[in-house]
Amino acid sequence: MRRPGCAKWGAGALAVALVATACGGGSAGRSGVVSSSWGDPQNPLEPANTNEVQGGKVLDMLFRGLKRYDPKTGAAVNVLADRIETKDSQHYTVTLKPGWTFSNGEKVTAKSFVDAWNYGAQLRNKQKNAAFFQYIDGFDRVHPASGAATATTLSGLAVKDERTFTVALNQKFSSWPDTLGYTAFMPLPQAFFKDHAAWVDKPVGNGPYLVDSYDKGSVLRMRKWAKYPGADPARNGGVDLRVYTDNNTAYTDLQAGNLDLVDDVPAAQLTHVKQDLGGRYLNQPAGIIQTLTFPMYDKRWSRPGSDKVRRGLSMAIDRAQITQEIFQRTRTPATDWTSPVLGKAGGYQAGLCGAACVFDPARARQLIKEGGGLPGGRMTLTYNADTGSHKDWIDAICNSINRTLRDDRACVGAPVGTFADFRNKIAARTLTGPFRAGWQMDYPLIQNFLQPLYYSNGSANDGKFSNPHFDTLVNQANAATDSGAAVAKFQDAERILAQQMPSIPLWYQNGSGGYSERISNVSLNAFGVPVYNQIKVN
Amino acid sequence: MGRYVARRLLQMIPVFVGSTFLLFFMVYALGDPVAAMFGDRAPDPATAAQIRRDLYLDQPLWKQYVHYMGQIFQGNFGTAFNGQSVTELMASAFPVTLRLTIVAVVIEMVVGIVLGVFSGLRRGRSIDTGVLLASLVVVSIPTFVSGYLLQFVFGVRWGWAAPSVAPEAPLNELLLPGLVLALVSLAYVTRLTRTSIAENTRADYVRTAIAKGLPRRRVISRHLLRNSLIPVVTFIGTDIGALMGGAIVTERIFNIHGVGYQLYQGILRQNSPTVVGFVTILVLVFLTANLLVDLLYAVLDPRIRYA
Repeated sequence: MRRPGCAKWGAGALAVALVATACGGGSAGRSGVVSSSWGDPQNPLEPANTNEVQGGKVLDMLFRGLKRYDPKTGAAVNVLADRIETKDSQHYTVTLKPGWTFSNGEKVTAKSFVDAWNYGAQLRNKQKNAAFFQYIDGFDRVHPASGAATATTLSGLAVKDERTFTVALNQKFSSWPDTLGYTAFMPLPQAFFKDHAAWVDKPVGNGPYLVDSYDKGSVLRMRKWAKYPGADPARNGGVDLRVYTDNNTAYTDLQAGNLDLVDDVPAAQLTHVKQDLGGRYLNQPAGIIQTLTFPMYDKRWSRPGSDKVRRGLSMAIDRAQITQEIFQRTRTPATDWTSPVLGKAGGYQAGLCGAACVFDPARARQLIKEGGGLPGGRMTLTYNADTGSHKDWIDAICNSINRTLRDDRACVGAPVGTFADFRNKIAARTLTGPFRAGWQMDYPLIQNFLQPLYYSNGSANDGKFSNPHFDTLVNQANAATDSGAAVAKFQDAERILAQQMPSIPLWYQNGSGGYSERISNVSLNAFGVPVYNQIKVN
Repeated sequence: MGRYVARRLLQMIPVFVGSTFLLFFMVYALGDPVAAMFGDRAPDPATAAQIRRDLYLDQPLWKQYVHYMGQIFQGNFGTAFNGQSVTELMASAFPVTLRLTIVAVVIEMVVGIVLGVFSGLRRGRSIDTGVLLASLVVVSIPTFVSGYLLQFVFGVRWGWAAPSVAPEAPLNELLLPGLVLALVSLAYVTRLTRTSIAENTRADYVRTAIAKGLPRRRVISRHLLRNSLIPVVTFIGTDIGALMGGAIVTERIFNIHGVGYQLYQGILRQNSPTVVGFVTILVLVFLTANLLVDLLYAVLDPRIRYA
């Protein structure tokens, strides 16, 4: 046979060509710099316009705000704020620490904050985080629900002197200072307002890193800011964030030593990630909870007695098995509506959901029967099919429900092509069965897991759950000046969810990551994002 | 010839208008993209309305289309949702994909034609059977399998090449992705060349050339190859367009930020200016490549004349 000879010739030629390029990949070139995988942020990198994690992690490196969430505990600690004082949980006086500047030398003053917040709230700037300023007095004039704005600045914000400003809220909100670690509340230098296009091309902030070059959609190179005045300077020379469209490629690059850090280990690699990386694989809880939300706007799901059906369905789901088999323990079965990253003092309470979140087919069957059965005898679980491979676990849940009800057609998954279409269907209230919902916390507060999602007309209350008792308890919690008392009130409100089950808590999602032998001291924060400034290059 | 080219160029105008409209309509049919920008949070209605107004999404479809076409004739392909202009995206993406396509086409031509000529001249012998078998195997392996496989073997196991391509996408790093992209077409080129050569070796003019006493090398390169390459040239010409548009899978596997990457992002985010703009340019590339192929016919075969 002469065939192999020819094939060898072809492979040989290729081999020569490839060997010639072997060292062309060159990421390890710059010493002291960490290279990490990244997803292209959806929006320009403006603090008040960044509402997803990819842009958020950059802003966390480039900016420091009044507060910051401790990478280990998630607790909000003062950074630029010297003190934030209030007597009535509604009127606050913020005093800044001296000595902070932006990386272009400009001083960080009270005006840097007030201007930035006004910019973020203004309707014509169409910032996606504008709603975060809604508690500040005058928001409805700067950002009316309909029609044109009648003011350009929030009347609740006033600069007192270079280091002091006051904030008047339109309601009592005792944990408001703890929300100030969110990216929307970062200060902005005057350069942002003077030459906006240039700033967006190369953002200037006051964090431990500065932007070296930004090649949009492909790579963002950040370098350590040597004169960073804060207590948490970068412990590496810089971070290169490289955009990957396929996280499998990022993982392959990590294996080949072409990349130092991936912050998302793809599902397909989970079975062998421990063999590949050994101790360099991170898997720990992040502030994300996955739920199934019931369309409470649909009479068939909110009629009297249907709470039994909803609780029964929750008991029909074998969470332990699904998290084990499908997610390889990168999810933890949920037993409340918050997240373990809050900690006990922050309001996380394991088992708050009680028996309703424990798999019990016999009791589930009985409850659903008592409640009048599934509306119409069957239900669909709607999900978006374009990202996140939701099909696998949705089908697993349906199987679990079908086995419990001994009916092969009781539950089917209903895919929607794109995430946008899925959101549109939810907003238009056209879904007649439960749908998947994921909630990634904005800040580690129990308030953030309850109020936006279950308060009447909350900003993420997709199922339109409304319960006056729940609303009252949340209001009381927000007005409480003692944080322990506030948490207790929030948990009382959460117990109403356990009875009413407007959404089924499924599992807490973990943050995952893997890193090369080149770097060390890698950890994930409460949001599941690597703490970049602490990474050391060996 | 000049009139022929002019006519072909004029024919591109209706194709251009028609394809932009169809694309626009199809992306529009996917629904309102604004809701997805707010993640799992319901968009605040005022901000969403403002975004729709700025993106012209609050207008009826035909008005949006007229507005879009008006912009295009001023050389403005609109703005992607992340604030970059689509022309800027094109300027960064097309050179990369063009380089990848050139690498793929060169591999496809050189390897494909050489293999095709060898097996065509030795029809029925073991080398011919071997090449046929190999091409059958290559044709039946989908790109995402060969891509991940070669990436793992060359990139991770042997460490001969970087598994992903640097942002600058230099030519040498594009060799492996270029090979993956070329594989399927390469098999087709091999088979086409082989058939064509095998057929023409028995043609009268080849026999005449041999009878004239011309050296074998000259008979093959001047007489046999030139005539046998016509179908191959057609295939490669149309393949250029297909390769540029069809690189989505390859670009994703090797993390190349070219046309496929921008299209993928555009579709995922329902960003109509990106999708329509890029695909329209691809349509034009396809049409131009076809025109060039037709013109090449006349060069290869003097009997063909265009009026």
